[in-house]
Amino acid sequence: MAENVLLRHEDVPDIHKLDVYLAHDGYAAARQALTTLKPEEVTAQVKESNLRGRGGAGFPAGVKWGFLPKDSDKPVYLCCNADESEPGTFKDRAIIEKNTHILLEGILITCYAINAHTAYIYIRGEFAYGAKCLEQALAEAYGQGLFGKDIFGSGFDLEVYVHRGAGAYICGEETGLIESLEGKRAYPRIKPPFPAVYGLFGCPTIVNNVETLACVPSIIKNGPDWFRSIGPESGPGPKIYGVSGHVEKPGMFELPMGMPLREVIYDYAGGIKDGKQLKAVMPAGSSFPVLTPDEIDVHMDFDSMRAIGAFLGTAGIIVMDEDTCMVRALEIVDRFYHHESCGQCSPCREGTGWLHKLLVRLEEGNGKAEDIDLIDRICTNMMGNTVCVLADAAAMPTQSYLTKFRDEFVAHVTEGGCPLKKAAVQPEAA
Amino acid sequence: MTAVPESAKPTSFLLDGRAVDALPGETILQAARRHGVDIPHLCYKDGLRPDGNCRACVVEVKGERPLAPSCCRIPQEGMEVATTSERARHSQKMVLELLLSDVVETTYTLGSELETWARALEIDTPRFAPRRQPEPDASHPAIAVNLDACIQCTRCQRACREEQVNDVIGYALRGSQAKIIFDVDDPMGSSSCVGCGECVQACPTGALMPAKEAGLIEPDKTVDSVCPYCGVGCLLTYHVKDNTILQVTGRDGPSNHGRLCVKGRYGFDYITHPHRLTRPLIRKSGIPKSTEITIDPADPSDVFREASWEEALDFAAGGLKKIRDEKGGQALAGFGSAKGSNEEAYLFQKLVRTGFGTNNVDHCTRLCHASSVVALLEGIGSGAVSNQVADVAEAECIIVIGSNASENHPVAATFMKNAAKAGKTLVVMDPRRTELARHASYYLQFKPDTDVALLNAMMHTIIEEGLVHQEFIEQRTAGFDLIKQNVAGFSPEEMEPVCGIAAETIREVARRYATASGSMIFWGMGVSQHIHGTDNARCLIALALMTGQIGRPGTGLHPLRGQNNVQGASDAGLIPMMFPEYQRVDNEEVRQRFEALWGVSLDPQAGLTVVEIMDAILDDRLHGMYIMGENPAMSDPNLHHARQALAKLDHLVVQDLFLTETAAFADVILPASALPEKTGTFTNTDRRVQLARKALDPPGQARQDLDIIQEMARRLGLDWQYHDTAAVYEEMRQAISALGGISWSRLESQDSVTYPCWTEDDPGRPVVFQKDFPTSDGIARFVPARLIHADELPDAEFPFVLITGRQLEHWHTGAMTRRASVLNAIEPQPVINVHPEDLTALDGAEGDLLTIASRRGEITAYARVDAGLQRNEIFIPFCYQEAAANLLTNEALDPYGKIPEFKYCAVRVSVNRTAEA
Ligand SMILES: Cc1cc2nc3c(=O)[nH]c(=O)nc-3n(C[C@H](O)[C@H](O)[C@H](O)COP(=O)(O)O)c2cc1C
Ligand code: SF4
Ligand code: SF4
Ligand code: SF4
Ligand code: FES
Repeated sequence: MAENVLLRHEDVPDIHKLDVYLAHDGYAAARQALTTLKPEEVTAQVKESNLRGRGGAGFPAGVKWGFLPKDSDKPVYLCCNADESEPGTFKDRAIIEKNTHILLEGILITCYAINAHTAYIYIRGEFAYGAKCLEQALAEAYGQGLFGKDIFGSGFDLEVYVHRGAGAYICGEETGLIESLEGKRAYPRIKPPFPAVYGLFGCPTIVNNVETLACVPSIIKNGPDWFRSIGPESGPGPKIYGVSGHVEKPGMFELPMGMPLREVIYDYAGGIKDGKQLKAVMPAGSSFPVLTPDEIDVHMDFDSMRAIGAFLGTAGIIVMDEDTCMVRALEIVDRFYHHESCGQCSPCREGTGWLHKLLVRLEEGNGKAEDIDLIDRICTNMMGNTVCVLADAAAMPTQSYLTKFRDEFVAHVTEGGCPLKKAAVQPEAA
Repeated sequence: MTAVPESAKPTSFLLDGRAVDALPGETILQAARRHGVDIPHLCYKDGLRPDGNCRACVVEVKGERPLAPSCCRIPQEGMEVATTSERARHSQKMVLELLLSDVVETTYTLGSELETWARALEIDTPRFAPRRQPEPDASHPAIAVNLDACIQCTRCQRACREEQVNDVIGYALRGSQAKIIFDVDDPMGSSSCVGCGECVQACPTGALMPAKEAGLIEPDKTVDSVCPYCGVGCLLTYHVKDNTILQVTGRDGPSNHGRLCVKGRYGFDYITHPHRLTRPLIRKSGIPKSTEITIDPADPSDVFREASWEEALDFAAGGLKKIRDEKGGQALAGFGSAKGSNEEAYLFQKLVRTGFGTNNVDHCTRLCHASSVVALLEGIGSGAVSNQVADVAEAECIIVIGSNASENHPVAATFMKNAAKAGKTLVVMDPRRTELARHASYYLQFKPDTDVALLNAMMHTIIEEGLVHQEFIEQRTAGFDLIKQNVAGFSPEEMEPVCGIAAETIREVARRYATASGSMIFWGMGVSQHIHGTDNARCLIALALMTGQIGRPGTGLHPLRGQNNVQGASDAGLIPMMFPEYQRVDNEEVRQRFEALWGVSLDPQAGLTVVEIMDAILDDRLHGMYIMGENPAMSDPNLHHARQALAKLDHLVVQDLFLTETAAFADVILPASALPEKTGTFTNTDRRVQLARKALDPPGQARQDLDIIQEMARRLGLDWQYHDTAAVYEEMRQAISALGGISWSRLESQDSVTYPCWTEDDPGRPVVFQKDFPTSDGIARFVPARLIHADELPDAEFPFVLITGRQLEHWHTGAMTRRASVLNAIEPQPVINVHPEDLTALDGAEGDLLTIASRRGEITAYARVDAGLQRNEIFIPFCYQEAAANLLTNEALDPYGKIPEFKYCAVRVSVNRTAEA
């Protein structure tokens, strides 16, 4: 495997320290961009690289930047989405804590490209250590003139602020994040208008995920062609896969985009724990459909996943073995969404509540046969019917569990509870 | 044909297969409704920002995966929208079912929108079990909170935060626990709620509703009318059953757009208060009049006896007639009221002028804005506002000076706050930091009494920095040099220590005002009620003139009128030196016109003003009065003086709803009618003439005021035959040319029309002075103002400055509002606002009884902490008869406007440790 880009700390110890980072070509890409390229040229290169957003939706970064209005006299903001709260997802945290400067350099280049002079890193409230890492790294970098006024003598100014989040999953939704940054409750906004047009303080704003921004320096340094050569052309680049659950070696693996899921689970994460059989995988955090063992030959990239009705999401892979009760697993997933729904839209506020209630009922053995269809109908009505896609994020996995493991749900009704009850280990948290 | 801009063109789209159009800015939901298709909706309400949260309104748009919330989606050309497709219906029904399962079955309102839609879409009993329900909250006197009926639509929150900008209601917690809260989850009654009731009006389910289940009674009728309180002139609807008002709702009037404040919405039951006068009363013989008012308004039988109308009217008119015949008309005077209708004001002044034969007729405008009016007439030839409150939406800079608009013009203040939220520069200038200051970009807490210093320093800056509008000055004004010389000595740096505002701030505000594309100035009685009130107003006018900030939309001067009909009562001629429409009585030609109209010869001499009338009584020059709906025994400065005068009158006729402090001095009291009991027009602060319609019959033998005035007139030898209110209005319209285009029938169909309005098809002129000013030569005049001090400055003996004013809940002297159960429950006791540090220095605590003494009197009331005051300033509302602030105030007058200095006198403050708290 080539050298890590995103998890470079695995190759270069202490890369989070500025002197080490500088000694390993740190900020060279930023210097190159600021002193030799025009902002449009930077955007063009990122567009050419086909870098797609790593926050979950996979939207092409360069295209998003291109949506900024050309003729606006308002300031432009960059918000780095470091709220990482998706279940089974822990990739951004690694970058923030261990490879801090690559993120800051990515922010610097991106701000230059989009002509933003203020950037906010919105970091999940619980990441106290990560916030400290960022503050320290920023202080060091400011000390060297890498941020602030007239960076690299290019005349470009940039201020970066670290903002600790407000402790809710919904703060990671980009418009919820913006509201929260403005000091309000994180109620997602109706789109359109999208943040690129009407974002932070009503000004044009780009929101990008940590991992997305951390890819940017390598594109400038090695060129878009290099980037496109890593994995599939339509969505290439280095990618962190985070594997958790019933595997021998849970952890993070930086690999090219488009790795077969089977290889990630069996070759990198050491296969199913204790030699058990695989039962199900949630390959994309918890917000997307679940996969069965016969679907894991899929390649982990945006388009291949879509082709089988799944999503890449955050590539947080949650592995479940043969002993897992799928009703209980889903109950845990839906408990999460019920707890995290911001509560503005009635289909989501009410729907997530009802999904959870009905699943608890099934799991406890008090479910009725019609409950399964009711769950399915609620899901149908939640999807595409709310301000943000949290409702979809709850409904999609739910419907996939029902479809792919229907027998198990029916069995909970007919047998008045979980048939696997005595069969040991249940996942504590998905 | 002129080209229509792209954005103003209607869009055509397919609605359920039918080609329809949407007007610019219209959403799918609104356009569909206009075309007769009602899409279910719950969180959407006209006038509120669509929030798109309930999703009952989703529709299917061809080619889009998600369903679209029709309440926030603007249709695009050619879009195909299905409102009842299976998928859309399915989702709409699921939303209704889920919400229905949440709420209890109890009905809190007759018109629950949830139930209406559930019925329309045939939702059966929901399949979901109910949630755990919150406890009811009955802590507020006017509003019942039953969140077990809440569907989390946040309409109340938007009404509270975005419409009225009170920021009380919040939405707490997450997901299915999310709930409506007041402040930090306080009971509503102890929250910072101001009781405007906008949330109740917004709530679709009755989770918030009028207290005592008023919303559950089916009214006999609803009557569209006007609020009886302040000059904002909110239009409202009375819901009436069995001759009582059940509840009041806001109507989409031009100055309120459905909004009301606590007075307008909940202050209506004064009319059925047991103190209400229902029979004429005559003073028992031999009962002396004393300045100590001891009469019990509930049972005045020690002092008064009941009489028939015939006897009372004969006695009332007979007493006045005798004085007129023996001592001449100048021995009589009348006080009309700015609470009465235009027709009443007109007829009353006509009675005094033609029946008494004197111009001694005045009303309380004298006490509010007389100085502003003098300055405006002298400077720009008209006392009315140049622009309406609604213009804040078009202004870029808004100055509010000497006005506690949030309490005294509450609904107008909401529009100012909306403007501030929309990014306009709001500048609040006031010695007392009021609620509005919270929303201001600049808040200038200048020292009391230093308005001229501050305003002249602004003008100094504007001239010095070359920000004057030269062309405007040259073409449309005269006397600029006088101002230039005058303000030369008023640099912000020199004025900083005088007014207490940093020079740089003065400069910034001056620049902002002068350079904004449109600037408005609003002012209240903080400006006018000084012995330099006219000077203060002159400065404001000069500011507008030198910068050309007048005569355009969103650009002008607006003295906020206090009472609901101050503007109209003045227009109608309740002014001693002017006939209707400000025609001077000493102008020969004018007088001849009115003599022709009224068919009698008229007194060529200007009459006496309010305070002068009191002086004349004490001087033995004036012996009889007719007072209609005014309460000088509470509202005049230095009440002892006023009360002594009233006690000295040989004959006093009072026409009122209650036995007011003034009525206590009466020889005869005529029971009159309240606003909801009569039809008439009222002219609000915006120059809008608005129609109030009779909703109730007056109680007992109480009679319509217009009838009473006519009965009095006949007994004074005038042969008046007005069949109805319309007849009086139409005669008045002949005397007031600006009402030319506003016929009675037009008012009946339109409810509200702005004057000047010259013809029936003239929409009225919201902005005046666009081309010239109504002065003799069309040109405005600068009048310089020097710095003079208040008449009575604090000293070692009386070290505090007393500012008097009003409270949100109480109106003027409290005659009505203290008898309105809700209002009196919210503010039941007299208070004295004190700076917290002053209170500590006095060794007092909030709620202690404080005694305030001035050179003229002494009162005792409860201490209330008010950090908005400056040190050594106290504020007392003047509505409490048991602690009448005007016992303390100074009757010193502004030499031009003859307005007393209510806003400044010296007092002593001490904690009263003897009285029982
Ligand atoms: C409920 C919800 C939570 C989200 N949380 C995160 C998050 O924690 N971090 C993140 O980067 N994106 C999150 N997103 C996605 C963001 O809305 C947004 O798409 C992303 O930050 C865009 O960055 P990218 O284009 O670089 O992926 C979330 C979305 C939803 C609907
Ligand atoms: S879908 Fe759910 S989380 Fe998203 S805005 Fe609506 S209620 Fe909030
Ligand atoms: S109280 Fe009424 S208006 Fe407020 S959220 Fe609940 S249902 Fe809506
Ligand atoms: S603002 Fe004035 S007119 Fe409007 S409801 Fe309140 S008191 Fe009445
Ligand atoms: S009415 Fe449109 S979402 Fe509620």
